[in-house]
Amino acid sequence: MTTPQATVRRKVQRTFTVNGDVEEVSFLPHKTLLEVLREDMHLTGTKHGCELGECGTCTVLMNGEPVLSCLVLGLACEGADIETVEGMAGPDGPHPLQKTFASIGAAQCGYCTPGFLLTAKALVEWNSNPDRETLKEELSGVLCRCTGYLQIFQAVEEACVEIRGEGETK
Amino acid sequence: MMRLPAFAYHAPNSAREVVEILAGEGPSASIVAGGTDLFPNMKRRHQTPKTLVSLQDVDELRGVSWQSDGSLRIGPGEILRALERDADIGNRLPALVAAVRSISTPVLRNMGTIGGNLCLDTRCNYYNQNYEWRRAINFCLKCDGDTCWVAPGSKVCWAVNSSDTAPVMMALGAKLRLISPRGTREVDAQDFFQNDGIDYLAKKPDELLTDIEIPDQGKSRSVYLKLRRRDAFDFPVLGVAARIELDGEVVKNADIVINAVSPAPTRANASEKALIGKKMSDDVLAEAALLAYKPSKPLDNTDFEYAWRKKMVKVYVRRALEHIRSSFLI
Repeated sequence: MTTPQATVRRKVQRTFTVNGDVEEVSFLPHKTLLEVLREDMHLTGTKHGCELGECGTCTVLMNGEPVLSCLVLGLACEGADIETVEGMAGPDGPHPLQKTFASIGAAQCGYCTPGFLLTAKALVEWNSNPDRETLKEELSGVLCRCTGYLQIFQAVEEACVEIRGEGETK
Repeated sequence: MMRLPAFAYHAPNSAREVVEILAGEGPSASIVAGGTDLFPNMKRRHQTPKTLVSLQDVDELRGVSWQSDGSLRIGPGEILRALERDADIGNRLPALVAAVRSISTPVLRNMGTIGGNLCLDTRCNYYNQNYEWRRAINFCLKCDGDTCWVAPGSKVCWAVNSSDTAPVMMALGAKLRLISPRGTREVDAQDFFQNDGIDYLAKKPDELLTDIEIPDQGKSRSVYLKLRRRDAFDFPVLGVAARIELDGEVVKNADIVINAVSPAPTRANASEKALIGKKMSDDVLAEAALLAYKPSKPLDNTDFEYAWRKKMVKVYVRRALEHIRSSFLI
């Protein structure tokens, strides 16, 4: 019989990269990545929404792809490369998406913003000139109950202009 | 806040080890692939497995390969997003890709697997609720209780199969391979689903789905249509998968499978019979649609009024057949 990698109540230790830093984290084995990030690593930029994979606000990037951190086990992250909203800004300041989300006002209460930013980041790295239909489809996993989405779509399109190197954003 | 209940965790590297662990642990163990169906259910205490066996490190359960006979082998651990991005699958099996793309959202399809969608737990308004909600109605037959609130007095559970890919796999004649300590067996997708909301799969708790094989589709055409409240993302309240093969202008073979109206995807046998040997005229399609409508019995356990969902069976079967008829003209 194979020995389980984790038993019920004892904390486990796992090593994974978070926003470029290799971290050794200990946490209870039934915790989701969302809970590990927020409670064990105190990275509260990732928001806790429906907990059931419906709202998308807990979206983070795992090995470059968006995933719902409320449905990923911390245990499943060994060796993974995780990016949260705290890691989006570079040495030169905020990410183009962060700049346009702020300047266009693509947030009201802001609760969905981290999920949108990371989902959009993964999208623009794959397609830096998405048409509006692609944008709607790709961002459809994150719900916003304030803005009506238009400013969010505009902010991503505007950021794409800078990302493609076609000029400064406002 | 809903947290996962505690569990012991295994992440083996091979299908053989998965089966060994399942055999050792018994039915209190659960397989987890993408987790997008199981983890919400665990948070709501629908399922509280003592042991989780993760498939994430089992590489042999992934991969997509075309065989020399034109069939397609899909590893059940393949994520849905990979299948929808595969241009060959899109060209050769458009109904499958339509079904995959209609599942939930892009971010969820980055995690959820094709095998997981085939094994999706059945759903019901009285079941897909949190623990406190379900306790307030003294639970239901499917989980923790003994009354079916959809059909009080019923001895069986009527939770519906809401998988988008299941009816397509049936219509395309897919075969599924399962392994267990007793060996390997192959089942037709047709026989994988059971019309019981609790015991909804022919897969035993110690069996692991290892291969999905879709035969060469020849010159047949197929389609998947889905009815739901929100087109952006939602579970189906009706799914119709259809495949037609013509001989000249006459229907040689017909497959029509209806889902999300009963605990198992259901073949519309009478509709299929009514099509075979006929030209796809408006009258023939209308008759086939009517024959699918008559026996379908949606109950009041999903979104939308059930009488309207029944009417929509007729509409959607006709639309599916019209879609296929026009695709033959291209």
